[in-house]
Parts: sequence; C-alpha cells; structure tokens
Amino acid sequence: MSGAQQVLAAGPSVSVSGPGQPPGHRRLHGSDRILAIAFVAPYAAIFVAFAVYPIGYALWMGSTPSLYADLIHDPRYLRSVVNTLLFVGIGVNVKMFLALLLSGFFMRPRWWIKTLLVVYVVPWTLPAVQACISFHWMLSGEEGLVDRLLSVLFGVDGPIWFNHRSLALGANIVAYVWKWMPFWTVIFLAGRMAIPQDVSDAAAVDGASGSRRFVHVTLPLLANLYLVCTLLSTIWTMGEFTTVYFVSGGAPVWATDVLATLGFHYAFDVANPALGVAAAMSMLPVLVPVVIVLMRRLQTRTVQL
Amino acid sequence: MLGIALLIWSVTPVYNMLLIALDPEEGEVEFSGNLWPPEPSLDSFRVVLTQDARYLEHFWRQLGNSLYIGLTTMFLTVLIASLASFAVGRMRLGQGWLRTGAAVLSNASLLTYAIPASFLVFPFHRIMHDYGLSNNPWAVIAAQVTFASPLAILILLEYARLIPIELDDAARVDGASSVEVYRRVYLPLTTPALAVVATYALVLVWNDYLYQFALLSSERHMTAAVMQAQLFDDADPPWNAMMAAAIIYSLPPVAIFLVLRRTMTAALTNWWR
Repeated sequence: MSGAQQVLAAGPSVSVSGPGQPPGHRRLHGSDRILAIAFVAPYAAIFVAFAVYPIGYALWMGSTPSLYADLIHDPRYLRSVVNTLLFVGIGVNVKMFLALLLSGFFMRPRWWIKTLLVVYVVPWTLPAVQACISFHWMLSGEEGLVDRLLSVLFGVDGPIWFNHRSLALGANIVAYVWKWMPFWTVIFLAGRMAIPQDVSDAAAVDGASGSRRFVHVTLPLLANLYLVCTLLSTIWTMGEFTTVYFVSGGAPVWATDVLATLGFHYAFDVANPALGVAAAMSMLPVLVPVVIVLMRRLQTRTVQL
Repeated sequence: MLGIALLIWSVTPVYNMLLIALDPEEGEVEFSGNLWPPEPSLDSFRVVLTQDARYLEHFWRQLGNSLYIGLTTMFLTVLIASLASFAVGRMRLGQGWLRTGAAVLSNASLLTYAIPASFLVFPFHRIMHDYGLSNNPWAVIAAQVTFASPLAILILLEYARLIPIELDDAARVDGASSVEVYRRVYLPLTTPALAVVATYALVLVWNDYLYQFALLSSERHMTAAVMQAQLFDDADPPWNAMMAAAIIYSLPPVAIFLVLRRTMTAALTNWWR
C-alpha cells in the first residue's frame, strides 16, 4: 500500500503544477516504478520469446551460403520473385489508390451510402481461407459463376482462368484487393473525418472545385497517412500466403507461386525449412529499408498532422 | 452507379458461397452452372449440423478449437497491449533508463513485422518444439498475440493521447493507485480503441491458415480453417456441405463486427488526429 500512499502524497503537487507543465516532468518513485515494469513485462516477454528469438533463429537458419546457390539454380525461385514483385507492386498500389478514392465516396452523408459501407466491409470480416476458396470455385471450369455469367450475359465462352499465367496472377490480385481494400478504405475514411471541416470549407469559399480541393487540400493532409499505410501493407503483402495458395494454388504448374507459397513448398513438401527461410531472407534487401522508413515516419507523423 | 458496382463487387463471392451451399444436389453435378439453384435447399446446413459428411465428422469440435484460439488471442492481446500502452503512455517514466527502455521497446516492436509472418512460421515450428509447445493450441495463441500486439499498442497509444492526462491526476489525487487508474480510468475511456484491437486480433486468427496448419498436427487440435483446406487434396469432396460449413465459420467475425460497429466508428473517427 506504500505505493498508493506515495502517489497520494505526490498527487497534490501535480494538480498544483497545473496544465502548463509538460507531461513526463514528474518521475516515478518506488513501487510505482516496479509497477510500470510489471505492466510492460508481459509484452516484453512475448516480444523476446516469440519475435526476437524466432527472427534470430531464422537469420541463423538462413546463414548458410550454399542455400542461396540452391535458390538461384531453382527456376521456380526466380519466377516466384517476379510473381511476388508483381503481386505486391500491382496489388498494393491498386488497392491503396482505390481505397483512397472510395473513402471520399463514403464520406457523403446519405443513408444508403452508410448502409452500403456495412456491406462493403463484409469481405474484410470474412475469413480469408473461405473467401479465397469461393474465388477459386467462381473461376474454376466452365461451371464457375464467372464463366457462367459471361455466357449468359454476353454469350462469350469464358477462359479457363487457371490455365493462363497472367489470368491466374490477375485472379490472385483481384481476390487480394477484394479482401483487403475495405480495411484500408475505413482507415482513410477515418483520416478524412479527422480533417477539420473548416479547412475544406475555407477552400470552397475561395472557389476551389471538388477535384482541386482533393488535390490541394485533402491529398497533402492525407499524404503521410497514405504513405504509412502503403508501407505497412507492402510489408504484410510481401509475405501473402493465403490468397495465392487458395485462389490459384500456384496453377498453372507453379507459374503463379509467390515466395511465401514457394517457401511453404520447400518447408513442408520437400522438408527443407532452411531453404524456405533462405527464400524469405532474400527479400530482406527490400524489406529492411521499408521497415526503417516506416519506423521513422511513425515517429514524425504526429508532428505532420 | 458506383454504388451498384460496389455492391456487386462486394457481394458476388459471398453469393457464390450461398449458391453452392443451397444447391441440394449430391454427387457429380454440384456446379450445375445455374445462376440460382433450381431447388434451393437447406439440406447442406443440416448435414453440417449433424456432422454427416466426409471431413465434417468433427466440425463442431474444430469450430470450438478455432473459437478457443481466437477468443484467447483476443483477450490476451487486449490485456497485454493495454497494460503496455498504459505504462508507456500514461505513467510518467521520467527521463531515466526506464523511459528509454519503454521507448526502445515500443519502436522495436515494429521489427516483428520486418520478416513476414508467413516466413517466421518455419523457425516457429522448431522453436515451439524447444518450448515444449509442439502440437499445442497455445503455440498458435502465442504466435498470434505476438503479431497482433505491436499494432494494438500503437493504436492504443494514439487513441489515449485524446484522453487528458489530468483525468489520471485527478484520480490519483483521490487516492487511486496506478492499478486503479488503469482499471477505472484508462480501460473505460479507451473502450472504442479496445474494441478495434479485439476485433483485429480475432480477425487475424480467423484469417490464419498457415500457423494452425504448421503448429497443430494432431486430429484433435485441428481447426476449422485447416479442415476446410483439405478440400484441395480431394478430387470429389462434399462441396455443398463444405460451403455451408464455410458460411457457418464466417459468422462469428461478421457478428462481432456488426455488434461493435458503432463503438469502432467512434474510435476510428477520433484516431487519426
């Protein structure tokens, strides 16, 4: 109970010091210090046990140079690198840009737009495995919903989607955008709502049209949020497994595998997890700069907005 | 126009799930190519309820396993992230090593994302063995809490900035200890952000396949997501019943989202300032 008494004793001095004092000027003493450590300890413990140790272990597993020679000599590896870059480059940017535009659409204060937003967010809440299986079935064979719709509406015989590399890759990207765009739209919607209405009003009074307001007011204010979200999404998407594994499954014949599904194949089909780790490690030259930029942005961004 | 396009875009894959689940035919012609099943029937849902199809013999236990992992991850993420964010953001840590340590930790936590989770699964597979957690649901829980917490802490820290620190001070003047400030001031006032964090953690588990597949090998611990994936190894699985099971599995996060929608909207509109 001494902690409570000490806080009690120290309490009035804080209330006297008034709002002018910056937070953090009063130090913690005694048992409150221990309490602060105790509060952070659970997270620190899992961070060390389940993040630092596995990452270190991964670095150790992937430290054998011969693994990388094996990778280079595997034609599937180079194709997976290209696929990963295409998947991330197209998928993330299309998703983010559309999410930014759509967040403007969802800002409109109409009842049916509010209702539509709820439906629009459903893909995000649907489990990824099941949603991707549904995509797979929609596109597989002539009986799939998409080909069926094409023949009923336009009288066209749809392609066999998973027999062509570009179509299968496209299907993966579409499924990925479908699943994750709502989440980022909601984040951008929140960002737009945080822009004070008077800023936009002032621009309108000055005669700025809708599109000019977007370019000169909304965009600069959202730029930092957009960048942070794109970086975060890039990191997550580099390791995207579920979409590719369940929508195209690498079809046709491994032509659409990304590094995550290739690593899975190495680890669980070929029983060579070290090779899977090496495939992941080969992405670090791209990932580490992205993480560093992200961390710096997160520190400065409260200053910016 | 855009509204209709968005509606079709969002609903089509869901409609496809329903279409297959409602199609009553057993056997060869599940994809009969119809845009609406000629004789819609709820029979496949009955099959799931009574666990009367291949793969679905243990569906309810598998769903229970998923729920156990999901809800435990959700609870632990909220607890661990709120405690850590309270200590870092609300307790005045002074200028000493404690403050430095807390700042380093909250930055370093983002390093968790430096290597994508789908690659960390390989070392995890071995490490869990060292920890004596192989084929144990807690291995999946530990992994998911670790991945959910950094973003959760970030969200809570940002949201808590909106709460005047004077409220904490007032409570302390009234004799509240730090534990009481955490319980009576911090938790109630951050409820919207906690709702976001909780939903995020549950959705993370519900979307996961890789960890549940790699870290749980026995039939007894198999989760619903892993069971559904077995479809791909089978030339002629019971499509209709599997899709009905997929729809049932999809319900919990959708329900939680609808329940917490208002709370979460409050959090998100306040979040990015």
